Amino acid sequence: MREGKTTQKEEKPSPKKVLMRDKKTPAPEGKILTVTAAPHIVVTRTVPDVMWGVVISLTPVVASSIYYFKWLAVGLILTCLIASLVTEALFQLARGKRITIYDGSAIVAGLLMAMILPPHLPWWAAVLGSAFAMAIGKQIFGGLGYNIFNPALIGRAFLMTTFPVLMTTWTNPITLDTISGATPLGMLKFEHQTVSLYHLFTGNVSGSLGEASALAIIIGGIYLLGRRYADWRTPLSYVATVVGLSGLFWLINPGYGSPSFHLLAGGLMLGAIFMATDPVTTPITKRGRWLFGVGAGVLVVVIRLWGSYPDGVMFSILLMNALTPLVNRYTIPVQMGGRRK
Amino acid sequence: MMRLRTFSQGIHPAHKKSSTEDKKIRRISPPKEVILPLQQHIGAPCQSLVKRGDEVRKGDKIAEAGAFVSAPIHASISGKITAVELNSHPAGGKFKSIFIRGTGKEEDWEGGDEKKVDPSELEPQEIRNRVKEAGIVGLGGATFPTHVKLTPPKNKPVDTVILNGCECEPYLTGDHRLMLEKPEECLFGLKAIIRAAGARRAYVGIENNKMGAIALFRDKVAGEENIEVITLRTKYPQGGEKMLVKAILNREVPSEGIPLDVGVVVSNVGTAVAIAECLKFNKPLVERVVTVSGSVVRKPANLLVPLGTPFATFLEECDVDVGKMDRVIMGGPMMGISQSTFQVPVVKGTTAILVLRREEARPPLEDTCIRCAQCVDHCPVRLLPAELARLVKASKWERLKDYHIMDCMECGCCAYVCPARIPIIQLIKLGKAEVQTKDEE
Repeated sequence: MREGKTTQKEEKPSPKKVLMRDKKTPAPEGKILTVTAAPHIVVTRTVPDVMWGVVISLTPVVASSIYYFKWLAVGLILTCLIASLVTEALFQLARGKRITIYDGSAIVAGLLMAMILPPHLPWWAAVLGSAFAMAIGKQIFGGLGYNIFNPALIGRAFLMTTFPVLMTTWTNPITLDTISGATPLGMLKFEHQTVSLYHLFTGNVSGSLGEASALAIIIGGIYLLGRRYADWRTPLSYVATVVGLSGLFWLINPGYGSPSFHLLAGGLMLGAIFMATDPVTTPITKRGRWLFGVGAGVLVVVIRLWGSYPDGVMFSILLMNALTPLVNRYTIPVQMGGRRK
Repeated sequence: MMRLRTFSQGIHPAHKKSSTEDKKIRRISPPKEVILPLQQHIGAPCQSLVKRGDEVRKGDKIAEAGAFVSAPIHASISGKITAVELNSHPAGGKFKSIFIRGTGKEEDWEGGDEKKVDPSELEPQEIRNRVKEAGIVGLGGATFPTHVKLTPPKNKPVDTVILNGCECEPYLTGDHRLMLEKPEECLFGLKAIIRAAGARRAYVGIENNKMGAIALFRDKVAGEENIEVITLRTKYPQGGEKMLVKAILNREVPSEGIPLDVGVVVSNVGTAVAIAECLKFNKPLVERVVTVSGSVVRKPANLLVPLGTPFATFLEECDVDVGKMDRVIMGGPMMGISQSTFQVPVVKGTTAILVLRREEARPPLEDTCIRCAQCVDHCPVRLLPAELARLVKASKWERLKDYHIMDCMECGCCAYVCPARIPIIQLIKLGKAEVQTKDEE
């Protein structure tokens, strides 16, 4: 049959052609239809929605920091926010990229940056830290979604190594008098004293702006995890590992501090709920998320008990950030009907 | 409350079924012209048996199956062949198609009076042959030739048949209506499948947003020992074969396998009705139920439509607001194919035609992946869609298999939940094609 010879095989489209979307093709009726790839419906939540959700969940923490540290907190928060937004905008301007400071991610980074700084830190140091966080921690890798390390933690690590004295000069809440080397974890490490758990819980202790009140962090965390802006696996396994492991050592030697003390003191709660949940720098596999929490938890306990720093949350998360690509690769889930190799 | 059976992960899109779920299936008057592509199924394309100028009657075979995995095509209206030439296909591309200009007369199927047949007394081979000759394929949209499913190889015996009444895609209500209006045919077809496949047991799986159908079927199978109705939780993609087998039997179809590998044949209710009509009335597959719905469709409906009816027919039939329409989709909103023209015909796999406004359909914009892993947490096959999309974008074809790309069934859950609107399915399809070409080399 002659017609049978005409080819019915479609030409394989080149990748470029396939990826070209929103192609307008005129229908014969004169009406132009939009052609898109399936699925044709989509959830309403967008990337900025997620970021603004994190901002909302941070409000109790921000509020508690302002309550305890007054104008010191207000000044530091505004400084970090402005510095983060300006750095991101300048960087994108210089590289000729789309300015994305409205997507909320720079605000999240700025807020988190402020929350992990000591209240009395000079404004110029906060600017330097924020600028470093945004430029070196985020934009140099290609911006949102491509950074390997949590930007705020990178900013803090930078300040810790360049201005160690400024970064360990603490302030008493409410009274705002300056003290040195006396966060609850510092007191445990260097003076073998512990602080009342009630004060740790409500936040009436010295420390970084946002790590003071566990209560505020929990309220924000319930919103964050309840609205599914972040996954619960990492914070849970992180906190559980620290409690379990520190409990074990506490049984051996009470001088190491009780598990409830380790749970509430320092940056653990803030780190577990707001930093270890940063989607960009943590694993995407479910097993990977468990592993991340366990690994970071072990690191925290090791650093707190035997390291030279009082707290290990920052380094634990940064180290696990570095391992994330590897963790992802070795925790590829077994697909439905597949076999474990 | 009893824990409903289901599978893990998946999504819960809005059902959008209320505008058509109470509308009876209505037969449309035959169109002036039908266009029947020679490829309406999975498998080899058909060979045309007619040429321009031939007269055909409704039900005449006009194209012969090209191979065992293929299905013949029959004239869906009586009339004259006006052309056998290339035409746009709703699944994309152009295929050789047979054009029939009809007389415009209403015609019921006159092929045969109802025969008092009992499916359990028919010979399996006879059922297979008649289903094959009737050109029946999976009418849930997959269009796999049914007679192939009914021919299990000797080394893979079938013990269970599942009748798929999930209809998990939003908007679609054709299967729901068939279950309510033709329960006898559904069960007749199911029994024929049980007989042909040599199975012992059968389940009817229906999602719990169709309680009327569940109650009706419970009533109808009350006397049957080997058929059970299972209420499934409403969740997309519950109607996927692998999801159904998992939910009902707790068996996992092996990677890159089919339900037959675990002794199961899954069939859609529409297919069962077509089998029943083929065995009872000798009727080939010449028409199917199509749901026409969407926000700019002023008269949404479930229509019984001759195959080959051009989409343009429905603009008037269902009173579509042409000014506001932006996207026309064949099938459901999750897996359907968007159309660029109304000159494409209804084919065997056309479950629905959706006409949507611009605002409610997926925006063609893309953000960067923030690795939120929503796609991972909703993938019913437990893949890492974000990684697959990233690897395809980076052209790292050789690594795609490490991430089980060929197991993807393209259900679209990942792209549905993606806050960055990344066209993950499109990227995965591209990756699959690339892997296949590499394998062939």
